[in-house]
Amino acid sequence: MIRIDVQTMGALIGLLRKDGFKVLGPTVRDHSVVYDEIRSYEDLPIGWTDHQSNASYTLVPTEGKPLFAFAVGPHSWKQFLFPSECPLVRSHRTNGSMELRGAQEPLPAPLAFFGVRPCELHAIAIQDRVFLEGPFADPWYKSVREHLFIVAVQCTHPGGTCFCASMKTGPRATRGFDLALTELSGGSILVEAGSQRGSELLTQIPWQPAEPADLEEADQLLSNAAASMGRSLETEGLQQVLYANLMHPRWDVVGHRCLSCANCTMVCPTCFCSTVSDGSDLTNTDAQRTRTWDSCFTSDFSYIHGGSVRPSTRSRYRQWMTHKLASWIDQFGTFGCVGCGRCITWCPVGIDLTEEARLIREQAPQAKPTS
Amino acid sequence: METLQPILAQHPFFKDLQPEYLELITGCASNVRFDTDSYIFHEGEEAHHFYLMRAGTVALEVPTPDRGPMTIQTLGEGELIGWSWLVPPYTWHFDGRVLELTRAIALDATCLRKKCEADHNLGYELLKRLTVMIEQRLQATRLQLLDVYGPSA
Amino acid sequence: MDRALEAEMILETTLDSHFVPRPFRVKKIKHETHDVFTLELTPEDGHPLLFRPGQFNMVYVHGAGEVPISISGDPAKPETLIHTVRAVGAVTIGMKSIRRGDVLGVRGPYGTPWPVDEAVGSDFVIVAGGIGLAPLRPVIYEALKRRQQFGKLVLLYGTREPDDIVFAKTLEEWRARFDFHVFVTVDRALGSWKGHVGVVTSLLPRASFDPMNTLAMVCGPEVMMRFTALELLKLGVDAEQIYFSMERNMKCGIGLCGHCQFGPYFVCREGPVFRYPQLKQLLSIREI
Repeated sequence: MIRIDVQTMGALIGLLRKDGFKVLGPTVRDHSVVYDEIRSYEDLPIGWTDHQSNASYTLVPTEGKPLFAFAVGPHSWKQFLFPSECPLVRSHRTNGSMELRGAQEPLPAPLAFFGVRPCELHAIAIQDRVFLEGPFADPWYKSVREHLFIVAVQCTHPGGTCFCASMKTGPRATRGFDLALTELSGGSILVEAGSQRGSELLTQIPWQPAEPADLEEADQLLSNAAASMGRSLETEGLQQVLYANLMHPRWDVVGHRCLSCANCTMVCPTCFCSTVSDGSDLTNTDAQRTRTWDSCFTSDFSYIHGGSVRPSTRSRYRQWMTHKLASWIDQFGTFGCVGCGRCITWCPVGIDLTEEARLIREQAPQAKPTS
Repeated sequence: METLQPILAQHPFFKDLQPEYLELITGCASNVRFDTDSYIFHEGEEAHHFYLMRAGTVALEVPTPDRGPMTIQTLGEGELIGWSWLVPPYTWHFDGRVLELTRAIALDATCLRKKCEADHNLGYELLKRLTVMIEQRLQATRLQLLDVYGPSA
Repeated sequence: MDRALEAEMILETTLDSHFVPRPFRVKKIKHETHDVFTLELTPEDGHPLLFRPGQFNMVYVHGAGEVPISISGDPAKPETLIHTVRAVGAVTIGMKSIRRGDVLGVRGPYGTPWPVDEAVGSDFVIVAGGIGLAPLRPVIYEALKRRQQFGKLVLLYGTREPDDIVFAKTLEEWRARFDFHVFVTVDRALGSWKGHVGVVTSLLPRASFDPMNTLAMVCGPEVMMRFTALELLKLGVDAEQIYFSMERNMKCGIGLCGHCQFGPYFVCREGPVFRYPQLKQLLSIREI
């Protein structure tokens, strides 16, 4: 573990850019912290913190110019690995024959993610399972993921809707990164290398060895963070509780509140549903298939000849929540939720899935999961 | 003298029926046969009998003005035709047309109704069996009603 | 970390046929009923599409889109790819105007197959409803090829009206065999129809098979499959020996788009063929 000055962030970003990486990281735009290309230290959200709650997100300035005093905003890293719009196939029709080609273009430069929170590292790992480890892998995701450079940030300022501690995805990350940063008071940052590439990069910046006091401070900040989560979710037996209560009256209650707006699925860092659209030129000679993000909340998501399998909002909310917290485990071996709290913050009516899960568990006729 | 009792006893409808009731019922039974393309009964006619099929095929039809007769069910060996004889005004609701030469036991409705009034236990045994059959027909009819194979609206 | 990385970033999408369809040419079109037609296709690159009974392809119509369609041909004759299509949605209705010589895109085969091997040594009962006969036809071809491996072989087929019967000629050929009991019924008919009228489950008592030693494969509208399973169970067939083929909205066919989820299952990946016990509870929950 080494210690560097906060301004050295700029040098880090510069080195990555010199190595040909496009560096993506947090920056302030539209009154929130979003992820976009960053070119220098000044692009970072210096001196900002966020206040998050149900249906509420506010960015406020904070004293001391910390770099990472906020939690997560409406963006997640999935938009870079799994773009919201992505051409898939081109079809060219001539003289009674059809030429079909893949339409995905390679990226002009490898990507570096700067400022990935522990919950987000887990989200990336969860999407790795979906897109890389099934019987059919997504070659574009693979090509971006292989060369991805990750600078993680240990979370010292959990947000008002965070519950990574409950989901065991934070506030500290131990692997899955090339570098991990912990911001201390007084303008210094601890850096830990998690890979060969990470170590090599550190040799090119000025650093000092970390003092025991620094390490103690880091530990203290992180255990404070773990103890001050905005939300909590009891995960013990949760899958069974949800499976046993698919007809629970609570679904009707939340179904009435839900607008089926799909915000939660868009901000969720693990949601992966997509759809395809087909278009062609006016002569129908050249056609293209494009993949776009989709959401299980849309009314025709489950449409088969004649109608949707899930016509009611209630059933679609149930599908989303039970997928995230129950059937994901059967499909991929882990929860689909990493406790980032985005769905709570960005739901326009402030639905909180931790509360919904708690109420179903408490009011369930079969409250005790079978062992 | 040979009676129809052993034949009745073998028919699936009377499975496990006590011999004393079988004997009572046999008193109302007769052997019948219907030729192909003949009509056993017509909609609206009085239901003098009901039939236990021993062989052949009978189609239950509804006559329509524009499309001719429409078949709603076909029945074969081991099945029972008709329960209108139990429900006032005791008239048939469909046409019964013979598709394949049919042999059956005909049971006289008036005779059997009188015996059931006199012996309620006999009546109960008959009704128990009829209810099972009616329930099966109703379930099947409901499934047909759903028109599951139809194109979507 | 050098610029050589850029050179390494060559995408395999062009070679990855699981995103890119293969062109197949339409050799023959047969109109089965007013809204059902069968396409016979051959691969433009000459490589036959090998498949197992019950699997499906994602069939692409240039500029219009893709639909999942079961393969309805003989697995032993893969040189010709056969799909029986019912025109119910935008893409399939558009497919009705396909002509000989047109080219379609095909991705597949995907999905779990019917477990024909599991029926070896048992009586083998196949129950089809409507267009559900199409995904079962490959099973029948295979079963007839291996006829001596099974006990009784039974097909019960139900559809709406006599004009809706698919593969009518093939059904007649099958019925003419002494070792294959084929029963056909319709939900309703004009008086000129001399065959059976009634729900497909009413055919069960007619077919003699040993419920204690039977494997059943059922395909058709979901309601019909549920009723059929109930009747089979009532007769004493073991729930573990009953198989369904399920259908759900599919956009990718390869377990990535999320649309086909049914409870924890991706119908394109853990299905479309399922054992009845896998589905029993899910089928009883509305809007799952």
